[in-house]
Amino acid sequence: MDKFEVKARRLVALCMLGVLLFNYPMLALFNVAATVFGIPVLYAYIFVSWSLLIAGMAYVIESKN
Amino acid sequence: MLQGWVIVLTSFAYLGLLFAIAYYADRRADAGRSVIASPYIYSLSLGVYATAWTFYGSVGRAAADGVGFLPIYIGPTLMIALWWVVMRKIIRISKRNRITSLADFIASRYGKSALLGGLVTVIALVGILPYISLQLKAVSNSFSIVLQYPQIIMPASDATLPLLQDTAFWVALILAAFTILFGTRNLDAAEHHQGMVAAIAFESVVKLFAFLAVGAYITYGIYNGFGDVFERAAAVPKLSAMMTPLEGVAGGYASWMWLTILSMMAIMFLPRQFQVAVIENVDEKHLNKAIWLFPLYMIAINVFVLPIAFGGVMHFPSGSVDADTFVLTLPMVEKQELLVLLVFIGGLSAATGMVIVETIALSTMICNDLLMPILLRLKWLKLNERRDLTGLLLGIRRGAIVLMLLLGYVYFRLAGEAYALVSIGLISFAAVAQFAPAVFGGIFWKGGTRRGALWGLLAGFAVWFYTLLLPAIARSGWLPISLLEVGPFGIGLLNPQQLFGLTRLDHITHAMIWSMLANVSAYVCGSLWGEQSVSEHRQASLFVDVFKQAGEGEGARFWRGTASVPDLYRLLARFVGPAAAVAAIDGYTQSKGPRDPGEALQADAEFVHYVEIQLAGAIGAASARVMVASVVKEEALTLDDVREILDEASQVVVYSHRLEQKSRELEAATAELRIANERLTELDRLKDDFISTVTHELRTPLTSIRAFSEILLDDPEIELSQRSKFLGIITKEAERLSRLINQVLDLAKIESGAAEWEVSSIDMKELIADTAAGMSQLFTEKRIRVEVDLPSRVPAVTADFDRIVQVLLNLLSNATKFCNRDDAQIRIGLSEQGAYLRVGVFDNGPGISEGDQAAIFDKFRQGGDTLTGKPQGTGLGLHISRHIVERFGGKIWVESRPGQGACFYFTLPIAARPDQAPVAGAA
Repeated sequence: MDKFEVKARRLVALCMLGVLLFNYPMLALFNVAATVFGIPVLYAYIFVSWSLLIAGMAYVIESKN
Repeated sequence: MLQGWVIVLTSFAYLGLLFAIAYYADRRADAGRSVIASPYIYSLSLGVYATAWTFYGSVGRAAADGVGFLPIYIGPTLMIALWWVVMRKIIRISKRNRITSLADFIASRYGKSALLGGLVTVIALVGILPYISLQLKAVSNSFSIVLQYPQIIMPASDATLPLLQDTAFWVALILAAFTILFGTRNLDAAEHHQGMVAAIAFESVVKLFAFLAVGAYITYGIYNGFGDVFERAAAVPKLSAMMTPLEGVAGGYASWMWLTILSMMAIMFLPRQFQVAVIENVDEKHLNKAIWLFPLYMIAINVFVLPIAFGGVMHFPSGSVDADTFVLTLPMVEKQELLVLLVFIGGLSAATGMVIVETIALSTMICNDLLMPILLRLKWLKLNERRDLTGLLLGIRRGAIVLMLLLGYVYFRLAGEAYALVSIGLISFAAVAQFAPAVFGGIFWKGGTRRGALWGLLAGFAVWFYTLLLPAIARSGWLPISLLEVGPFGIGLLNPQQLFGLTRLDHITHAMIWSMLANVSAYVCGSLWGEQSVSEHRQASLFVDVFKQAGEGEGARFWRGTASVPDLYRLLARFVGPAAAVAAIDGYTQSKGPRDPGEALQADAEFVHYVEIQLAGAIGAASARVMVASVVKEEALTLDDVREILDEASQVVVYSHRLEQKSRELEAATAELRIANERLTELDRLKDDFISTVTHELRTPLTSIRAFSEILLDDPEIELSQRSKFLGIITKEAERLSRLINQVLDLAKIESGAAEWEVSSIDMKELIADTAAGMSQLFTEKRIRVEVDLPSRVPAVTADFDRIVQVLLNLLSNATKFCNRDDAQIRIGLSEQGAYLRVGVFDNGPGISEGDQAAIFDKFRQGGDTLTGKPQGTGLGLHISRHIVERFGGKIWVESRPGQGACFYFTLPIAARPDQAPVAGAA
């Protein structure tokens, strides 16, 4: 299996993960009236998992093997 | 300082700077040193996604429903993860076929259909116009607000202002002029606008910087960081509900999901995104960095949206200030004049970036896919007889740009006030989402047909028009509002916003569900209905299998007929200009090498295809097909012919795969052989070295034996004392010779692995004592003081007793040879070092220089200067010793400093059971 194919599969998997993270019911779990470090839980959840998703994409793209 | 003239002057200075950047980039491109050939510039240019709608509208939407604006940026992030699969393919296809726009792409895929290209252009135009008008509105609104500084007055919403006093009108005209300067200065066969891309990338930096600056100021300057903003907002009843907005405030989960899907489509099919991502792409590899850099850009431009929105709501609780303007009005309240100016420029950059790219992309579509196919069909225009059509092409594009901006302005005057910024943008998003089935189906499904694409687009567009645009028009007062309340003619089921009774959804979700349903089903049904035509079949295979094809020439296999080179040249020259045509044809002939003069006037299939592709770059695939067909004689291919060609191609692919595999195997075998050969050569060289050294070493004692024997033979009168001295030398040299031969044999045995090893448990203490005792005679003769320092008890080691004695004897005899003449000393030590026993033999001789310390263990290497000094040994002893010690898992080395003697050490691993009592003697 060539390098392109491996990366393609991983990126598609990341997209699927993103779809799960940013939909019902994951969002509902964090849609609560509480704060972490003063930031509403839902906002914190969205921005953190969004950043992690991008980090994952960067890792897959830039990794050599 | 915020007088009108300052703002106008700054704006023009900013536009001037943009133009300078574009001009510089164009110059560099002409010189062959492109500035945009960088993945970073490419990623930044994708930032054209963030328009004034993002810059002002995100905050507006956040103020209304909290996180509701985020799907517009999360969707693209998810889509971009798929770009590796999808976008790479689209870019490859577009480069192969010289695609100039989204309309061209769809038209070309479905058999170069001019009808389809025209339809896509119309949908894009109708869908995008409100979006362009939105940018005009944003710029003119922000201008009027800043003009009122330090007061905060919302611009008047009535459209009664005289035309010449309306800022938006001037904004439209200036942007039109500017876009024409940018995008249509000349006609590029590849539709690349390098200057524009450089300017857009710069604008992306400016708007991000401006937004981050105002966000940081509000969050950390007005408030004490994120925590503080949210804490205070939680105390405001209106805002506290937005901490858990998905319970209805932001429209719930369905709305969130559809907004995500919608923006996933938008990032692909907005004409400006297609333009920067596909058409302006100069290198497929730039996609790699963009896949994570562009989402990073989006997350950065969204970090401060919520604090600004909440800050705005808390600052202006009365609701007198439009939430869309918080970005501007908050710094105005705080009297931050420079920041206000920066924000205004940031908004301007967001708007101009969008307008420039969008209108250039649309003008290409209007020219290539809407007007040219029509104009070329109108016989009375006699376009076929005009020599040079480049002027006409440029004229059409320039006209289209002006027309679009004016239409955008008209829309702004007529309907612009009815909606907040975000809603207008979403209507446009929903329009371009209609292209998704035709494009995705087109690149992955060979069965998709022209009929299917046509049906799908028509159905989707119709539903979009009915469920989104019609209500927008009604809300602006141009249609009776009862349409939305009770439905047309009072039929509730046909209510545009509650079609067939589908209620409890927001307008966008509602429209998306119905339009996608209609679009996809019509596309699939239409494709399954009836046969593909020849050209559809061919294009389908060229698009779907693009990664399996060899290169641009692939399409040529489908063409049969006759054509003349001069005809084709004249055709090309009419549309791209004579200079560009000559350059293109020269490029082709150079890549093919010299041609047979007889063939020079007769064009082959490949050449015809090449010209068609070049032409497609200028006027679109559909028109190019028509024009080429008009100057060549073509044989019509049947569907069977096309299938046959495709079968041939797939067989060729299979063969070439097999061939590749074979050649890989061969390469691997060759590499192995080469390595084996190198090893053999090396061994051969070593053998030669060895033999030459051995013979050299043998010759030295032989020579002296012969010399002394000859003296004795020649002179029988020689004195007795002299004679016995000579005989002594002869005996010694003979001994040395036999020792050397023994050692050579020994080494050969060890190295070849033929030596026999008798392994037993050895008590090193005893071995050392015995060996030293055996040599005591020699030590006494040479007056050497020997100290033997042995611990009382050591664990046994497992090795060959005789061989270890051989090692020790060798070290001791070396020590004897080299130790100090006057005060000779040798010390023998034994100690336990972890899992090893270490034996050390110390002499107080001249020592060994550092460079020699490793070398003396090599074959025939001795310490000191071997050229002048008389060799003291055979040069094999240490080499053999090393072999022996290493054979039993130990190490041998020397520690020495010149003038301070040398200490040779060797170690042997302690036997597996150290608790076992040492065995006396050898077994």
